[in-house]
Amino acid sequence: MAVFSRGFGARRRESDPKLPPGQYLTADFPVLSAGPTPRVDTADWEFTIVNGHGERTSWSWDELMALPIEDVGTDIHCVTRWSKLGTHWRGVSLDTLLDAAKADLPYAMAHSYGGYTTNVPVEDLSNGRAWIAFEFEGEPLDPEHGGPARLLVPHLYFWKSAKWVRGLTLHPTDEPGFWEQNGYNMYGDPWKEQRYW
Amino acid sequence: MASGVSRWLTATVARVAPATPHGRILLLDVPGWPGNRPGQHLDVRLTAEDGYQAERSYSIASSGDGETVELAVDELPDGEVSPYLVEDVQPGDQLEVRGPIGAYFVWRETQDEPVQLIAGGSGVVPLVAIARARLASGNRSPFRMLYSVRSPEDAFYAAELAAIDDPGFRVDWAYTRHAPEAWPHPLGRVTPESVARDTIPAADDPLVYVCGPTGFVEAVSHILVDLGHAPGRIKTERFGGA
Repeated sequence: MAVFSRGFGARRRESDPKLPPGQYLTADFPVLSAGPTPRVDTADWEFTIVNGHGERTSWSWDELMALPIEDVGTDIHCVTRWSKLGTHWRGVSLDTLLDAAKADLPYAMAHSYGGYTTNVPVEDLSNGRAWIAFEFEGEPLDPEHGGPARLLVPHLYFWKSAKWVRGLTLHPTDEPGFWEQNGYNMYGDPWKEQRYW
Repeated sequence: MASGVSRWLTATVARVAPATPHGRILLLDVPGWPGNRPGQHLDVRLTAEDGYQAERSYSIASSGDGETVELAVDELPDGEVSPYLVEDVQPGDQLEVRGPIGAYFVWRETQDEPVQLIAGGSGVVPLVAIARARLASGNRSPFRMLYSVRSPEDAFYAAELAAIDDPGFRVDWAYTRHAPEAWPHPLGRVTPESVARDTIPAADDPLVYVCGPTGFVEAVSHILVDLGHAPGRIKTERFGGA
């Protein structure tokens, strides 16, 4: 059953085939966060992967910067409905980090400074589809957008791209993270509009 | 709750009322609405006669059981949905809603801690839902609200907030451009001093809900952390975009 809203449609947003269903284009970079923006100094920053054997592999900021850095051009889609097309990031591929950490289990929980978590299958963090990103449009990543470094998994809704990321723990099963316990989808494919429970 | 969210429900506009020079309150009749907690939001979907659709999320000013849902919408100059809801839609018109959404930025009657609400502009909407729920319940937890607006006329629910007569619920105002006559404080954005003066102190360990535009929420939450509030005791909801 179609419900029409009388007289709606005079003002329309630009549409684009690269826009997933229910999304609109924005030139801004809005913010979705559940609490205060944590202040993290790169001097204290550390990124740690804990694999299924409990082995911890950690990188300091300088060690991360010494790894191969990739330029990433991608569209991003937030569950709150804005999308940005053709954004530019720089970061280290998760393939590099997962290899070094001997990733051995299928599910990852991303942990952030500030305590937030989000779950992502390891497969979605692999094969050139995810990065630890620290630069956006040629500038160091702003704290309110997740700086000094955030996860970048642009083929999923952007809450999966955990801001202020500090590590991954690997698990045999897919457990809900913070957002996923609070109403958002376990996987979050924007093309399938997997927004909510 | 899990199954209800993905289903679009037909909503009929029951009543519209001007709230501010750029904002309006809408009452929607939504048969099948499952009820909602104070602080939650919903998705609105509008469909034009040629099939063009647009969706946006809005905070809900009402809560509890019942199939009437109250929204308060601020018109964004460059928007496509908010101008329709604020200027065009009339009683009897139909749209679709889906929800309620969000299990984090909510208040529950069983909470027995002090609560500080801090709103910027139309960010007051979910906080009004929380305030109403507290006043309607037997809950006697100390509540305080700080509401920052450009000028008195820009405040949503100004009369309702001014009429709160409960010794455990205090409302404080901050004005950035124009204040009522004889207003004792300087105009401008909230500062560490004004937040310290106008909110429950960190020593009382209140749960703090902050909602407003991103810049406001960023500034306020930093001030709160500097004043000694634990970051985990500060819940934020930001809005931006059109």
